[in-house]
Amino acid sequence: MKAKKSPAERPSRSMLFVPGSNAAWLSTVQVYGADYVMFDLEDSVSVREKDTARLLVHEALKSPVWAGVPVVVRVNAINTPFFRDDLEAVVSAGVAIVRLPMVTDAQMIRHLDAELGVLEGKYGSVPGTTRILAAVESASGVVNAVAIATASPRMMGIALAAYDYAMDMHTTHDAAADESQLFFARCAILHAARVAKIHCYDVIYADVNDTEGFLREVAVIKKLGFDGKSLVNPRQIEPLHNAFAPTPEEVERAHRVVAAAAEAEKVGMGVVALDGKMIDAPIIAAAHRTIRLAQVSGVQVAGGVR
Amino acid sequence: MRIEVDAVAGTLESSDALVRVSPAEELRIEVTSTVEAQFGAEIRRTVAEQLDRLGVTEGLISVQDKGALDFVIRARVQGAVLRGAQARPDWRKL
Amino acid sequence: MSGWQGRVPTDAVELAGLVPFAGPAPSTQADKDARRARKVVGSLTEAISRSGLGDGDTISFHHHFREGDLLILQVLAEVEALGIRGLTLASSSLNACHGDVVGYIERGVVSRIYTSGMRGTLAARISRGGLLPHPVQVHSHGGRAALMASGELRPKVAFLGVSACDEFGNANGTSGASRCGSLGYALVDAMFAETVVLVTEQVVAFPNTPAVIRQNRVDLIVVVERVGDPSRINVGATRTTTNPRDLLIARRATDVVEHGGFFVDGFSIQTGSGGAATAVTDYLGERMERRGVKAGWALGGITGSMVALHERGLVGRLLDVQSFDLVAASSLERNPGHTIVSASEYASPAAKAACVDELDVVILSALEIDLDYNVNVLTGSDGLMMGASGGHCDTAAGAKLVVVVAPLIRTRIPTIVERVTTLITPGSNVDVLVTDYGVCVNPRRPAVAERLAAAGIKVTTIEALFARALEICGRPRAVETTDEIVGVVRYRDGSVIDVVRAVAS
Repeated sequence: MKAKKSPAERPSRSMLFVPGSNAAWLSTVQVYGADYVMFDLEDSVSVREKDTARLLVHEALKSPVWAGVPVVVRVNAINTPFFRDDLEAVVSAGVAIVRLPMVTDAQMIRHLDAELGVLEGKYGSVPGTTRILAAVESASGVVNAVAIATASPRMMGIALAAYDYAMDMHTTHDAAADESQLFFARCAILHAARVAKIHCYDVIYADVNDTEGFLREVAVIKKLGFDGKSLVNPRQIEPLHNAFAPTPEEVERAHRVVAAAAEAEKVGMGVVALDGKMIDAPIIAAAHRTIRLAQVSGVQVAGGVR
Repeated sequence: MRIEVDAVAGTLESSDALVRVSPAEELRIEVTSTVEAQFGAEIRRTVAEQLDRLGVTEGLISVQDKGALDFVIRARVQGAVLRGAQARPDWRKL
Repeated sequence: MSGWQGRVPTDAVELAGLVPFAGPAPSTQADKDARRARKVVGSLTEAISRSGLGDGDTISFHHHFREGDLLILQVLAEVEALGIRGLTLASSSLNACHGDVVGYIERGVVSRIYTSGMRGTLAARISRGGLLPHPVQVHSHGGRAALMASGELRPKVAFLGVSACDEFGNANGTSGASRCGSLGYALVDAMFAETVVLVTEQVVAFPNTPAVIRQNRVDLIVVVERVGDPSRINVGATRTTTNPRDLLIARRATDVVEHGGFFVDGFSIQTGSGGAATAVTDYLGERMERRGVKAGWALGGITGSMVALHERGLVGRLLDVQSFDLVAASSLERNPGHTIVSASEYASPAAKAACVDELDVVILSALEIDLDYNVNVLTGSDGLMMGASGGHCDTAAGAKLVVVVAPLIRTRIPTIVERVTTLITPGSNVDVLVTDYGVCVNPRRPAVAERLAAAGIKVTTIEALFARALEICGRPRAVETTDEIVGVVRYRDGSVIDVVRAVAS
């Protein structure tokens, strides 16, 4: 297994869904500042248009429009007739991340890992560079989350998809209602992500006009510790980023923690103290995360934007 | 690649293009575009080049462009041609 | 002694040159119909005849009814029926609803046009050449008033459509069915035209106060069934856009306004209408509340969003040259702090004082902007006229901070070009460009660039944005034109800043 980078390297708050059959969106959504854009070949594309969507996504990936932007492609599930063609289309175009839906166990990930290896060889990509984002949408997936998240060095994230999961659990997913039915699943995904040191993403919020409901849900998942959320409309990006942004006070404190740690190291002290309290390694790591998040969020300590 | 049947790919939505192909004895390309004045020549070039890469030497290809970017036009031409030729794409050669 | 009742020594040397009183005239109160008939005539035809309008004269109109205007075509029909030809049509602006003017040009009824802009079939036909015998004179709002003041544009008859007026001609834009709110453009015609004809939907009881067009400027009054289509003048309040691209641009523009250096208590602003503008107004309200900054006044182009800020106590006064929606129109009645300014007071360089010269911040749009920050709001990249000079160059000349907002790309067409197709506003007056791909500052304003950077706003260059647009779209071919000049663009002082050539077919 290759050594993995921690997920802290790039912000991963927002993952914007774009139907792979929508030429206009594929031509324009790069401006909205989503941390990741996800071209979808699965549920948002009708069966009749799977072939043309594949071509659109392939060409988009190769186009200067998307050069330098981190793109995820959601392929069709592993047991569909579309899966292999989807992989060929996107690996040949050098896709950065493949999102696999309906992941129920680690074996699916291993299978995808192997397929990607073959295709990387076929199309001349550097082996191992295509990463995987697993979407868990069933009871099995939730229960196997840790195994899924650690199944391959290609794993960069694990996401929860509520609709199919709720059906599998014989309940419903209704954003406006009490969300206790997602609690266990969310916790499972979260724990798996932390054990595997990868990102975790929460479910989409379908009602684009319900800003209040969206922000309520975001507050819940932020508190739980989620890295980010899948989104269905560019209008959701800014509120999500704002909600995840640390406050100026938090940023200020983070700077002080980092400064105290640097100071302690300079004078050779093993123990870091700030305001009479001991600061240990996890707190310092968290402070670094806060500062990085502040930078991408545009938060400044004194005045400035937002 | 030979176009065997009539086929269509794309839509008439803004920023997309609708491409129709049908079998014919020789190659004929028709393009109408909402950005004809600014990009008409470039679009015709893109379409011709894409047909060349697909090895299409006969057929009637009609493109109704609604200001699509280059990569969209390519993908729509590919889509219509592959459907018309009832063929699978060679991802290396597209 | 002579004079009435023999009281005046007419041969007295002290009275040399004076005329003795001839006796009381019959009271005008006696005959109501005679009094009414002094101004109110039975038909447009009669009004035209009474005005003495003849071949080669100028007729003028306002465009407060925008796409709902029904007056220009009505008047042209009557003018043609009377056999009058070769007129100069001087409407403050022309819209897509004026497509039938083409016919009047073809038949020689209209041979010259002065306007701020044009759209639709009329604009396309003129842009293709071979229609008008003389090029269209395109002016700004302030420039129109200046052309009238200089005498170059001197309407023989102004036909001013109003929803209601009294028999003396007192009119406003807030009574009757076809409410347009401000009458800022019409006031200029009322000031300068030789004969002012109010074309009204109804005559109401005297006095129809508040009188915006005042009785002593009105010569004739004609009642017609409709001067404007209310459903196309004002459709409720201008709704704030939900288009995410416009919201993104609006948020960035608001950041620029907040940190550009002029966001202090008592500042003044013009945001205009359309696209991102109402969103900017709304966002600005939030920033003003958050920072405890109030605006002294707003200018324009007033929308319901700006009225909302005024009613929340965030904007002290509203100076209104054109009301963009019903909320703004009714605010004129309700809010004493919301008043009308004529186009002359708004922006004329010939006026004794123009509001634009006091303006701090203005948000403007652009069809094209070039690498020198010159702006085109008149012609599309296909060379066809499709917009208006409007208040663009006026406000850009006056305001301290000029912010142009535009998407970088409109359906494959880059907004940034090497050289604008038509120059309306010189780049030296433009300070900041805000697009969905980024913000850039005119190198002539390093202080503004520094302030934005200090506030953490990412600033790029117009060259970088241009390169990105080309990378995405490809390089558009320049429009091909013939030698025929179809439009002459007059800067606000009357000088010629550019010409529009006919598009080659």
